Amino acid sequence: MDIDKTIFDLRERLKYIQDIFGPKENENVLLLRAKLQEFEEQLPKLDPSEQIRQTSSLEDLFGFLEKKLERQLTPMDRVRIVRHPQRISLKDILEHVYDNYTEIGGQDEYSVDPSMLIARAYITRRVGNKVFNQSVMVIGQEKGHGQEFRNGGSVKPWGNAKALQYMKVAETENIPIHAYVNTPGAFPVEDYPGAAQQIARNIYEMAGLRVPVIAIFSEGGSGGAEAIGLADVRLMLSHGYYSVISPEGAAAIEGRIRQGQRVPPDLVEKCAKQLKITAEDNLALGLVDRIIQEPVLGARTEHFDFFRTLRQEVINATDEIVLRVRGMNYFRAKAVMRQKKSPGANAENIFVRWKLGGAARERLLWKRYQRFMTMSQHAVLDRRSLGRRVYDYGTDLGWSVYSFFKYDFWRKHQKKVTQVAEDVGAEFQVVLNKCFAPIKRIKGSLTGSEGDGGGDQCQLTQLSRWEEREAESKKEYLSPKAKQDLTITCPNTPIHGCLDMWAPDLFGEWAGVCIHCGHHFSMEYEWYLHNVYDPDSIREFNAQIEAKNPLGYEGLDLKLEEAKRKTGLKSSCMTFEATIDGVNVVTAMLTAGFRGGSVGAAEGEKFIRAVDRARKKHFPFIAYVHGTAGIRIQEGTLGVIQMPRCTMAVRRYLEDGGLYLVVYDTNSYAGPVASFLGCSPYQFAIRSSRVGFAGPGVIQETTGMPVEPHYHGAYQALSRGHIQGVWDRREMRKNVYQALLTVGGRNLYYR
Amino acid sequence: MLNITELLDEIKASPFEEVVITAPHTGTVEFVVDAPGANVVGPSGAWREKPGTLLARLDREKNKKPIHAALKGAVEHVHTELAGRFVEAGTRLMTIRHFLSKEEVLDRLLRKTLHLFNAPERAKYYFRPDIDIKVKSKGCQSVEVRPDMDLFIVSRMKRESQLNYVGPEGIIYAVYFEANQNVDAGAPLIGVCRKDELSAIQDVVSRVQSEWEEQG
Repeated sequence: MDIDKTIFDLRERLKYIQDIFGPKENENVLLLRAKLQEFEEQLPKLDPSEQIRQTSSLEDLFGFLEKKLERQLTPMDRVRIVRHPQRISLKDILEHVYDNYTEIGGQDEYSVDPSMLIARAYITRRVGNKVFNQSVMVIGQEKGHGQEFRNGGSVKPWGNAKALQYMKVAETENIPIHAYVNTPGAFPVEDYPGAAQQIARNIYEMAGLRVPVIAIFSEGGSGGAEAIGLADVRLMLSHGYYSVISPEGAAAIEGRIRQGQRVPPDLVEKCAKQLKITAEDNLALGLVDRIIQEPVLGARTEHFDFFRTLRQEVINATDEIVLRVRGMNYFRAKAVMRQKKSPGANAENIFVRWKLGGAARERLLWKRYQRFMTMSQHAVLDRRSLGRRVYDYGTDLGWSVYSFFKYDFWRKHQKKVTQVAEDVGAEFQVVLNKCFAPIKRIKGSLTGSEGDGGGDQCQLTQLSRWEEREAESKKEYLSPKAKQDLTITCPNTPIHGCLDMWAPDLFGEWAGVCIHCGHHFSMEYEWYLHNVYDPDSIREFNAQIEAKNPLGYEGLDLKLEEAKRKTGLKSSCMTFEATIDGVNVVTAMLTAGFRGGSVGAAEGEKFIRAVDRARKKHFPFIAYVHGTAGIRIQEGTLGVIQMPRCTMAVRRYLEDGGLYLVVYDTNSYAGPVASFLGCSPYQFAIRSSRVGFAGPGVIQETTGMPVEPHYHGAYQALSRGHIQGVWDRREMRKNVYQALLTVGGRNLYYR
Repeated sequence: MLNITELLDEIKASPFEEVVITAPHTGTVEFVVDAPGANVVGPSGAWREKPGTLLARLDREKNKKPIHAALKGAVEHVHTELAGRFVEAGTRLMTIRHFLSKEEVLDRLLRKTLHLFNAPERAKYYFRPDIDIKVKSKGCQSVEVRPDMDLFIVSRMKRESQLNYVGPEGIIYAVYFEANQNVDAGAPLIGVCRKDELSAIQDVVSRVQSEWEEQG
């Protein structure tokens, strides 16, 4: 027995335990430290047989206390486990779980983004006498073991773009994707393709990937995790965490910590506990399907048994998805299900071909959609009476049937008839023109040129003028800010020398726009309701769906009550039908006044229902973002899951031919921008608004680099290609109408 | 002939710039810095986004407008008699004495004594290759220029044209542009001094470097 090596190992184990339990004084850790020290001091005095005896008893003590410590792990300890340099990394998994692999899209630091690792790997199965090599695309964040260039698994936008590219490759090759999520969060820079934009693109595309996707969560940090985490089966390592925000970030927000100050450790512990970030919590909330049990105190590189378990689990999960959507599957599906429950079974004994046919691919997509739509529905307070629910359900069904007959059935035939009629008419016109050409010539020379008619053409070809509607708007809505008797200085005064403005003028007549430089002061959302939509056309729906406190987060109930009382709204998302110049639209509006416009389960659910309504009624859909601070952190992962959920609903709507416009106002950041808002092909911003992934403070904290004052400005976003246009607030009605006409085409809203 | 000593003495006699802070608009004045002698700083940060020291506030119709220091220096005089009173736009509120730094003094002197040759348009500027080599190996003061001498290459959107020097004969004393950086129209490219004035200029530079004491 090599005593020195054993002692070295024990020292390493102790160091790891100390790292995990951090600054906390734990009696078990103290005991281990004391025992090891005592043994090391006595070692030279002992004879060899005694040395061996004491070494093995010390090893037993370590084993025993490690199991005891395992039961004492707090959520924050688990966070420290996943961030530890000894934690298994994706390269270890590729080595031990797969039979062979080729890294693609870069190697170590010679890569577009070393924190995103992509590999074509294969799993060899021996069934009977036959050997099958099954290819998979492995995509995941790689931290390495303390490799600095990996940036701790924090993926830059171009890394996510690379991941998306190879997901598409996997789709072309019809092979499953295994995504290993191991990131503390995405790297918050707006450089093209932009952190938020790229994540939004990834989620949108993943919603439609026609191959099985399995996600395995080790460290799931919000947006970074969602960029590759939208999967048919989501597995989670038992010591991992999946959260809306890092516990440190949540503590900084909760404790209102200023830049440069240190977050108190006990507040971080408390937040980690309240955010419900552990594997058990996420399983209980229905956000992951299964937990993969790790060895005590987390899986490290030397735990070869764990890799075997992981291999079985990923094979099982892939089999399960494929069998769920394929035709010939009855006995095998049962067998695979049975295997999941029995620990000794070997997943490789049953052969399942992982390539999918056309019909199976369609079923896969539909199952994925349904799965995500049911997630987090329990986290919503629905105050509708039973009668109301039945009525709503009936109306919904009615619209589905009506829309099927009107658009899918009748219009298809109508289109054919119209097309034939058009062709015949055009032929006839040619003949007619030929016959009447001489008469027309004579008539033309007598009467002179004809004036052009039609106000519509004018509308489309001339610039609109605010003054025309000025008087009208003043009658409709008066901002409370316009009632104050004070003057206001434009922030651009030092640059443009703007004169001070009197609040009643500024917020009344001038709609909150500096008349000198055009700076937009923030305006209440009611202004838009009165000035963008036709008078008295707004009909709100799903108003009874309320935000609640699904995780029992301390203090949130009170804050929600306060917000509800102050704003008169039930959640930060208001959904309504209205008309703009006679065009029917469905709008979902995120209001900045209600908890910063943050998105939780209720907001997500309302958004999805609004998109669904627009799809059924064949109306254009407008997301007006008065302001959003991101995902409501107090709802934890239930909030994060709204990112893929809403994006999937939007994708279904767009694929059905809908027209989706997004308009940003004031400040729009984080989760929503990085998913269901950012995925829109038509995004516009009101002037002087700010759009981005993370605010300047977070960027400085994460990257260590200060950002310039106008980094998130609307015009910057425009020049980066994030948005497609910057609108003047006073022109919004005209601009939305014009966008509906031009983007929606001649038939207005539907392709 | 330049009288360098006179120039330097002139600056030495008043080694500062007086900045008068006036009311930007009408309103009631409230001084934050109200004692003469207080040191104030100008805007800072990579983009000068952090405002300088708060000097006073002006209140009109409940709109409190802060007045910040635009330069580093010491407060010389505060019109304290105006505190709490309504003033018109343009009223002097205080004076800040900004002491010139070495660089500012040198820059002032050089711009006064050298002949500045300005960029005619916004573009990138390069020396002609043979001159460029000379500048890089021996320094810009080794280059003699004459009127109508072919000296620069103007590069704009891949269009390159030559630019002839206009001005008195002499040597290039200072180069104000960098390769691959756009120079705005009207910004100086080089400063030329006459040969006979070179020693005098070098003398003044060394005197400023050794004698000038920065204050504040």
